[in-house]
Amino acid sequence: MTPPAPIPTAPTAPTAPTAPTIVLAGHGMVGQRFLEALAARGVTAAARVVVLAEEPRPAYDRVRLTSYFSGTAPDELALCDEDFLSSHGITLHLGDPAAAVDRERRTVTSRSGRTVGYDALVLATGSYPFVPPVPGSDAEGCFVYRTVEDLLAIEEYAEERVRNAAGAGIVVGGGLLGLEAAGALRGLGLRTHIVESGDRLMALQVDAGGGAALRRTLEAMELEVHTGVAGEEIGTDEAGAVSAMTLSDGRRLPAGMVVFAAGVRPRDELARAAGLETGPRGGVTVDERCRTADPDVYAVGECAHAADGTVYGLVAPGYEMAEAAADAVAERLARYGAGVAAPSRPRMFTGADTSTKLKLLGVDVASFGDAHGTADGALDVVYADSRAGVYKKLVVSGDGTLLGGVLVGDAASYGTLRALTGSVPPVPPGTLVLPEGADGSRESSGGLGPAALPEDAVVCNCHHVEKGAVRAAVAEQGCTDVASVKKCTNAGTGCGSCVPVLKQLVEAELEAGGVAVDRGLCGCFAHTRAELYEIVRTLRLTSFSALLDSHGREEARGGEGCEVCKPAVASVIASLAPSIGAEDHVLDGEQAALQDTNDHFLANLQRNGSYSVVPRVPGGEITPQRLIVLGEVARDFGLYTKITGGQRIDMFGARVEQLPAIWTRLVEAGFESGHAYGKALRTVKSCVGSTWCRYGVQDSVRMAIGLELRYRGLRSPHKLKAGVSGCARECAEAMSKDFGVIATSSGWNLYVGGNGGATPRHADLLAQDLSDAELVRLTDRFLMFYIRTADRLERTSAWLERTEGGLDHVRDVVVHDSLGLCDELEALMAEHVAHYRDEWSAALEDPEKLARFVSFVNAPDVPDPTVRFTAERDQIKPDLTLLSGPDLPVRTAEDAHGTAGLEGATAR
Amino acid sequence: MTTATTRTTSTASTASTAGTASTAPSARAADDADHAHAAAAAPHPRVEVHDAQGWFALCGLDALTPGRGVAALLRDGTQAAVFLDRAGRPYVIGNRDPFTGACVLSRGLLGSAHGAPFVASPLLKQRFDLRTGSCLDEEGVCVPVFRSRIR
Repeated sequence: MTPPAPIPTAPTAPTAPTAPTIVLAGHGMVGQRFLEALAARGVTAAARVVVLAEEPRPAYDRVRLTSYFSGTAPDELALCDEDFLSSHGITLHLGDPAAAVDRERRTVTSRSGRTVGYDALVLATGSYPFVPPVPGSDAEGCFVYRTVEDLLAIEEYAEERVRNAAGAGIVVGGGLLGLEAAGALRGLGLRTHIVESGDRLMALQVDAGGGAALRRTLEAMELEVHTGVAGEEIGTDEAGAVSAMTLSDGRRLPAGMVVFAAGVRPRDELARAAGLETGPRGGVTVDERCRTADPDVYAVGECAHAADGTVYGLVAPGYEMAEAAADAVAERLARYGAGVAAPSRPRMFTGADTSTKLKLLGVDVASFGDAHGTADGALDVVYADSRAGVYKKLVVSGDGTLLGGVLVGDAASYGTLRALTGSVPPVPPGTLVLPEGADGSRESSGGLGPAALPEDAVVCNCHHVEKGAVRAAVAEQGCTDVASVKKCTNAGTGCGSCVPVLKQLVEAELEAGGVAVDRGLCGCFAHTRAELYEIVRTLRLTSFSALLDSHGREEARGGEGCEVCKPAVASVIASLAPSIGAEDHVLDGEQAALQDTNDHFLANLQRNGSYSVVPRVPGGEITPQRLIVLGEVARDFGLYTKITGGQRIDMFGARVEQLPAIWTRLVEAGFESGHAYGKALRTVKSCVGSTWCRYGVQDSVRMAIGLELRYRGLRSPHKLKAGVSGCARECAEAMSKDFGVIATSSGWNLYVGGNGGATPRHADLLAQDLSDAELVRLTDRFLMFYIRTADRLERTSAWLERTEGGLDHVRDVVVHDSLGLCDELEALMAEHVAHYRDEWSAALEDPEKLARFVSFVNAPDVPDPTVRFTAERDQIKPDLTLLSGPDLPVRTAEDAHGTAGLEGATAR
Repeated sequence: MTTATTRTTSTASTASTAGTASTAPSARAADDADHAHAAAAAPHPRVEVHDAQGWFALCGLDALTPGRGVAALLRDGTQAAVFLDRAGRPYVIGNRDPFTGACVLSRGLLGSAHGAPFVASPLLKQRFDLRTGSCLDEEGVCVPVFRSRIR
């Protein structure tokens, strides 16, 4: 190995850097990973880093590109934010790719003519889409599928030129990329053809059987698959735009657009022009440290021809190359004495696992190890169910070692199987491909739990985390759940496909360590809240004690329940009340005994035992007359007033016995309960929208009022906040809400899972450009799905993060109805809306409920003497001196005596 | 220790207790009397508490909801929290939450853990054993306990 040359300051560098300069050509996923790896090694602090990028936007998640069509905004795909660049002093030039390298002078010149001297140059230029030489492939209406800009162009063309003309779209290429593109065109409403010159779909990943299963499933989705044929010519209309494609078998497919997704080729032209060696099928030749023949030049990712002779088109090997190159660069800087520590065990890239698991058009496709059985003496074990579109094949050696496999239609066992590759599984291979339960067992993977995995089995491929590391995180580092193991080991933070296996491993390890994994709601129920919801719903249980006595833990049956399960079950019963025939007021019957004090008094308990009152102000819109009523009520009852963050008015300092009188006045003036006391919809905040604002594009106030009135009173696992902004300026802060709506020129975008507070989270885009009716329908489904499946006190943000499959799964369920639940979810919400009644006006009409609003059961007219106030800034505040005195002497029943004579406490 | 006595239909004992407690809740007493009058044999039991001066009636049993509490004033002017469990047993403890100083324990939720009945403070959720008054979540903290019964 040639020792790396010391890095002198490049004398000819026009920018005359004092620190060594590292130039990165390309800012894709691998380029970004390289920057992160440099930062992690302290290199960015010691060296100047300049990035020359071709695309107009910083690195983004190209793997998830297609999710743009299911509503992910391009910005949400971003992998690199301004903070990362500025905090590490990285200079990024967008839209200005490297155009030439002068290895003699060690400079790079960009397209715009910028010349930067380098001490180390890293090529991460990626690939370009391969367009087969079909006559007409440069016509208007021909696209490639690689960048965000490509997708935006495809979308615009499809919507404006093709869909309206009821035209079809053709995708050339039946591989991974081709199927993604086909899914996109289908999603855009186009009749879609897939033209693949090979004999099957996804030839690289799956075998003939898998390809056939995939084909049947896609055809059932009305995609037209043409294999074994190539495009011969693209026909155009008078204007020169695509009108059809002629295939090699003579057929002619009329179509308004063609998307080429027939593979990629490494972008090595920069290296070629600079005289660097390239591989036989392209790609800059590098060694295992990702160095080219020039020791100052490195190449990583799809533009590199790696040391094992392969050009990798997957991101995981690219990441590994980025890490290896970062080690090599750090080592050079260390030798140069730049204050960077040399890596103790520099990484080498000698080849990578190309196992993949994907969900294409809703179909699971996975391949791992020697999927095609190329090894000598490789044997197949196959399970196929054509009707269900399931195909599974394992490749094993003569001695039973698992070599690889293909899974189509059901890839649930992928994580376990991939990790078992290279070992002899502890059960016969046939068991491993049978569907769950086929052998009478209920275990997944044919009875194989994670316990069967060897210690060095790689559980997380993206971050190369072995089973042993996961176990150590639990056993030695005190991790007690998947989230903490993710944080500790990085496992599961890449593509996320290993999370189910990770979860099993963590639970098995906890159990082995004697930690009982109890997912029960509390000491009274071994069920989760979601399970209790299903029990209440299906058995139509309307009583807490009935539920406790029939479904509680053995030791808790017949007991009282506790402060955890009572309100949680009360909330479940309230959410389902109309459909299970429960009493519909939270203070009716037994329900009254289950409510937290806030719900019990329909007001918010404050620190001195007084309550605050918040009437609903839908959308934050209020007439002057009502505003005056609020002022008068607050004045007459001596209440402290404050404007809330949810655009309403909170009135503090009410004693419990004052609440009915206060609400009598409020109800008379037309106010309703604001449910500030409940785990329920709070407010739907809005900006003034297009009615007043010169920027507004939709009437956000009208929509906010409509949503707030629709969902008012809806009991949920936790409070729900919402917002509606009338334009993209987002003045209503909708992205920080459980559900947020932002107006677009053609409708509404719906965001979900946002949060403010201590753990802020920007909401994720669920769907875009919705009509009013579509928005309401999706919101109905989303909220009901959340209510059905969330844990107690789990906000939508935490729920979305915890839910297996995350946003994609939730979108599948509520947008694409993958579980067939949507009708039911909508019906539940319709019931809620139909049965809504203001809780306060109902309470005022019911003497039995009102009887609870007394200070003392035996002295209803005597105010609690400890609830007193003093003045501050012209308003009241709790007089805490009454509370902070010495504790009352503790008395037992035998020696009961007390400090007598608080004012007002006359003997009864 | 708390005594849970069985219900009794003896109006005599109720009357005498009410007499001891000077002006025990008159409105409710009248309601109960009417009720008793209307359905001659129907019981109208009361919850009684034992303070320094002996037994004294706080309220009619029907003023309590199983699983919940109410606040009551004792004869010395201090506040009590009165609870009824599912089995119909009454419990009376001091109403003041020692962690915050606020008189709110009566508004907490009743629960049971390993057979022990408790109330969880509605403010910061500490639990207190209804039979002993001791806090289940912090050793050394407790609230007063009063004997109670239903008569």
